[in-house]
Amino acid sequence: MNDLSLAAAATAPAAEKSLKMTARDVRVFYGEFEAIKGVSIDVTREDVTAFIGPSGCGKSTFLRCLNRMNDTVAGAKVMGDIRLDGEDIYSSGMDVVQLRARVGMVFQKPNPFPKSIYENVAYGPRIHGLARSRADMDVIVEKSLRRAGLWDEVKDRLADSGTALSGGQQQRLCIARAIAVNPEVILMDEPASALDPIATAKIEELIDELRGRYAIVIVTHNMQQAARVSQKTAFFHLGTMVEYGDTREIFTNPKETRTKDYITGRYG
Amino acid sequence: MDRAHTVKSFDDEIHQLRSLIGQMGGLAEAQTTDAVNALLRRDADAALKVVAKDVEIDALESEAEQLAISMIALRAPLADDLREIVAALKISAMLERIGDYAKNIAKRVPVLTQAAPIGPGVIIPEMARAAASMIRDALDCYVDRDPDLARAVAARDQQVDDFYNSLFRSLLTYMMENPHHITPATHLLFIAKNLERIGDHATNLAEMVYFSVTGQQLGDRPKTDNTATIAAPDLTD
Repeated sequence: MNDLSLAAAATAPAAEKSLKMTARDVRVFYGEFEAIKGVSIDVTREDVTAFIGPSGCGKSTFLRCLNRMNDTVAGAKVMGDIRLDGEDIYSSGMDVVQLRARVGMVFQKPNPFPKSIYENVAYGPRIHGLARSRADMDVIVEKSLRRAGLWDEVKDRLADSGTALSGGQQQRLCIARAIAVNPEVILMDEPASALDPIATAKIEELIDELRGRYAIVIVTHNMQQAARVSQKTAFFHLGTMVEYGDTREIFTNPKETRTKDYITGRYG
Repeated sequence: MDRAHTVKSFDDEIHQLRSLIGQMGGLAEAQTTDAVNALLRRDADAALKVVAKDVEIDALESEAEQLAISMIALRAPLADDLREIVAALKISAMLERIGDYAKNIAKRVPVLTQAAPIGPGVIIPEMARAAASMIRDALDCYVDRDPDLARAVAARDQQVDDFYNSLFRSLLTYMMENPHHITPATHLLFIAKNLERIGDHATNLAEMVYFSVTGQQLGDRPKTDNTATIAAPDLTD
């Protein structure tokens, strides 16, 4: 897709946007505890979708349903229907490793592998067989680091350890690692909450640059961040999705009192 | 009243901002009434007091503006808080402007006391009452966060416009009948125009309150000042 059509897609009215993921009546149980109580939402390909809500509201739990990260949590049970391009991701035929390449994830705390910067990015493409030669891999690594806005800072020290980078650089390395396997969706769970304001701004700028190329879903505690980076916002509270809509509308004129009380700082 | 903010000092600032707007509104209404009363009683001294008092509204506006800007910068307000602070910024500018119109009315009083009163002037106090009550009620709906009253106040601009249209025609006629009427009639015409503008600002103020409370625009109201198209009356008949 070229840049022109990307720009057009980003400004297209909602009706013309394409659905990347759909969730219908999703329920998550941790043992007896119902953490998510029937959430339905559409994730559009062109938008950044932000999940906001107080701690424990279920937003991260719900995010982790979108690439079956909850499978790894003992006692967690996911019910309902979640589809990626119309395909049920919880069906028995779904290859979870493949799914997590298509739906990548970036976590709150940067977690580079204790390997070189180059290897951090090359690892995914190698296990997924995306590169036939070293030259292919060089291209993937450079492209991924460029898209993550890190190339200029690390191009002369690709053999250095990823863990030697600053926190903000490590997080962009993790984004480069997610990008390297050509994902369709990138899930970000508080990607900037451990970073200083400048590193945060770089991550936000990066999210904006990646928008349109990947469907992006971000969980954030920082309301201003949600307002800055997203086009759609969903407000979660006590395991339900209280309100979902255009970010501009949610932050200037929310329909639900609970949403208003939360975003204006009148919560609890 | 909404639930309190978790950060209490934010609520304190909102109350402070509302209080500043309330003070400005009270002053703007009083200035309008006092200016027209000075005209009615042909009291140039009282008029000069009105002129001098305008600086108080200006000072309050500047205070409200600084508070609103610092709240936007430091609190990053959202939703109804954001609408309220933006509305307060605009409302304070409207009230300051109303103060200027009242001052301009008062400035014309000394000249008018030099000339004999002319007939159409009797409509001015009526018109001023209508305009001042709009300011008062617009302020009430600001204090009570009452969108229904705001809508009703905005609709009342029609009355002020009707007064203005009628005054405009009769003052034109007076001027054509007798050139000695031209000086007082011109000043009365400007006074009437000032009151008409005060009505417009009170209307805008009510519309801002409606927006602040509901998040919706009140929508266009019909323009009922039609003096722009009035030609000189034909006196040859």
